[in-house]
Amino acid sequence: MANKRIDQPTGTETVGHEWDGIEELDTPMPRWWLWTFYLTIAWGLVYVVLYPAWPLVTQATEGALGWSSRGQLAQEVAKEGERRAPILAALAQVPIERMPEDGARMRAAVAGGRAAFKVNCVQCHGAGAAGSQGYPNLNDDDWLWGGDLKAIEFTLTHGVRQPDDDQTRFSQMPAFGRDGILTPAQIGQVADHVLSLGGKARDNSAGAQLFVDNCAVCHGADGKGSRIVGAPNLADAIWLYGGSRDQITQQIMNGRNGVMPAWGSRLDPVTIKMLAAYVHSLGGGEDFVEVAQDPAVKVDEQP
Amino acid sequence: MSNPENPNSEDGVAKTNEPVSLTVAKPTAGTLRHEPHEPQREHLPEKFFEKHRTVHNKRIDGPFRRFKWLVMAVTLAIYYGTPWIRWDRGPYAPDQAVLVDLANRRFYMFGIEIWPQEFYFVAGLLIMAGIGLFLVTSAVGRAWCGYSCPQTVWTDVFQHVDRFVDGDRNARMRLDAAPWSASKIARRAFKWTIYLVISFWTGGAWIMYFADAPTLVRDFWSGEAAPVAYITVAILTLTTFTLGGFMREQVCIYMCPWPRIQSAMMDEKSLTVTYKDWRGEPRGSVKKAQKDPAHFGDCIDCLQCVAVCPTGIDIREGPQIGCITCALCIDACDRVMAEVGRPRGLIDYVTLEDAKREAAGEPVKPVWRVLLRPRTIAYFTVWGAIGLAMLFALGARRHIDISAAPDRNPPFMLMSDGSVRNAYTVKLRNMESRPRAMRVQLEDLPGSAMWTDDMPREQAARQLIRTVPADATLPLRIYVIAPAGTAAQELEFKVSSLEEDGEEDETEATFEVPGGEQ
Repeated sequence: MANKRIDQPTGTETVGHEWDGIEELDTPMPRWWLWTFYLTIAWGLVYVVLYPAWPLVTQATEGALGWSSRGQLAQEVAKEGERRAPILAALAQVPIERMPEDGARMRAAVAGGRAAFKVNCVQCHGAGAAGSQGYPNLNDDDWLWGGDLKAIEFTLTHGVRQPDDDQTRFSQMPAFGRDGILTPAQIGQVADHVLSLGGKARDNSAGAQLFVDNCAVCHGADGKGSRIVGAPNLADAIWLYGGSRDQITQQIMNGRNGVMPAWGSRLDPVTIKMLAAYVHSLGGGEDFVEVAQDPAVKVDEQP
Repeated sequence: MSNPENPNSEDGVAKTNEPVSLTVAKPTAGTLRHEPHEPQREHLPEKFFEKHRTVHNKRIDGPFRRFKWLVMAVTLAIYYGTPWIRWDRGPYAPDQAVLVDLANRRFYMFGIEIWPQEFYFVAGLLIMAGIGLFLVTSAVGRAWCGYSCPQTVWTDVFQHVDRFVDGDRNARMRLDAAPWSASKIARRAFKWTIYLVISFWTGGAWIMYFADAPTLVRDFWSGEAAPVAYITVAILTLTTFTLGGFMREQVCIYMCPWPRIQSAMMDEKSLTVTYKDWRGEPRGSVKKAQKDPAHFGDCIDCLQCVAVCPTGIDIREGPQIGCITCALCIDACDRVMAEVGRPRGLIDYVTLEDAKREAAGEPVKPVWRVLLRPRTIAYFTVWGAIGLAMLFALGARRHIDISAAPDRNPPFMLMSDGSVRNAYTVKLRNMESRPRAMRVQLEDLPGSAMWTDDMPREQAARQLIRTVPADATLPLRIYVIAPAGTAAQELEFKVSSLEEDGEEDETEATFEVPGGEQ
């Protein structure tokens, strides 16, 4: 540029332009700035060599260190797996009846179960395990198939009404109305009787007789159900399909039978144990009421 | 100052090849604020940044220098020594008197222990520090800058190292100007090594506040300390080395916001280091003054005040941002005045108000009236009130605490017998450094009982007893069950210590039932 010159007061060269008397000084970069800049270039060069940098057709250059974010994740997962391995091994060895003896082990199992529950169970039972109509609430003290650790584990492993599992929990509520076993009037009388078991309606002798003839075989003469056949207790406050007269009538009419997957074929035994521990910890878990089949296992026999 | 003749730039018509910046960069005397009694400034600022000139301040002794020594000794002793003071808190708490235990979220200061939720005490302390600085600044100006600011203290230390290695002002100036030789390199290497040792020690002392000091020292040297310890020491060593060893007064002038804030808080009633120009001007050597005593003032222009200044300024140019009011120039000037047989105090701590009064020959205010005035009293009252309130809060605070968070999902649970169960996460906090047995009681909610997830429901009762570990929070998962027909309502958890202190605390929580209000 033609008009470059030294600006007297500052002693700095101008860039040579002039706009309406305004000139620009060609002030050199501060040295610290320049050094920092060179340093970033050097840093960048080293980085390009050490880490993945240049995108190629199928993948980027690998870098001398061989680092990748996937590799790092795999490493971290492996490390976490290593950390959990002894706990999982201990859980695999201990029979579920003896799990509560060690508080720390039980807490680890509950924590693991909580995580597994969020993945596998919340779809039906809800995030708070409170269930909904047709899906049992796991927090309360009413259990269809038993609420001690072993019973829960068994239900989890074999599922409910799974045709492919011979040991699955199985019971069948007949569709008394749909299949023409009872007339609608009779169903109404039975529903009244069922309501009367919980004190919610006046009893009627016709309904009581119908109940004895058709229902008591599973639900018991007093309507308190049976865990052996998975018959719900009809005398308590908890209703799987709703406790209003209409809802009870509906259930007698159509006899809905819910299902639950047999998790034994989908999850490993330790995860199922942990799930059982979590469900048991929700507030309704029961102590063991029967002696375990295996005599080597010491079981808390307190009712 | 370069000032080439440029008549064209004066009329505002810029021509090519004319330095436009000249008019901007050349401030005339009229554009600068200039008190009539101030002497004409010799060095008018040309740029906003001045190239760093190394300050070679001369050794001086006097009352203010001795005060500076004292403050330096006390502040450094506090900084380096505090983490090593032990304080017995029993077997369950660390025995370090001052400890910021970040890992366990506790702050210990002698007899006081602060939990994270009590951080307002620390905030209050910081507010007190802020108002304390306001108080000091309004009374005695930039005393903080002059004596106790870490930058000042460490700069002072490093300047003494300079003097120890290279000699006093003149020797240092000679060495600075001398070409690089083996002996200069050796001296510099020696000096910078001392810098580095001091810096490292400074950085090392910092981390001692965050962990048990003896253990940390052992771990540090055996390579077992946490990486953050090494990183912190490295950073603080580097900053001490550069800020204290090389940047020095540049930090005060260009980097620190505090001088600017302070100039807003000082007023004409604040004490500051002042050159009494009405007494000193015009300057002249002793010889000149002897020839013409009537014409010359007391200043003999010996430049001792400039020589001793740690920031390298000339106080005779008036109050300025570079002056940290360390008063070493007062010491220097008093000494010279004593030698030439003139009264002391040509440079002295004076308020601007008194300066005017003294210049007019009127009597000045006594020191107590300078210090005790509405503004300082107001600051002191606020400062003291916050301090008293915090002391009261510290004394009255309870060392027991309970909080209850009800489950949201599910909010309530209908049991088979029709009763309703609610679940709560209840936290018992024991803020004493010993384990304590505590009783949790359920208040209100007739007919209800509670149990925890680690005990059978059959043992449900209206109260639970748990031992809470020392200095810890015990979380309990509590189930409360109420008979069928209970309405939604508030209930209260009450915790009381079973030890002789008998402390209590309570918290309210909501009890939900199906269908809401019944």
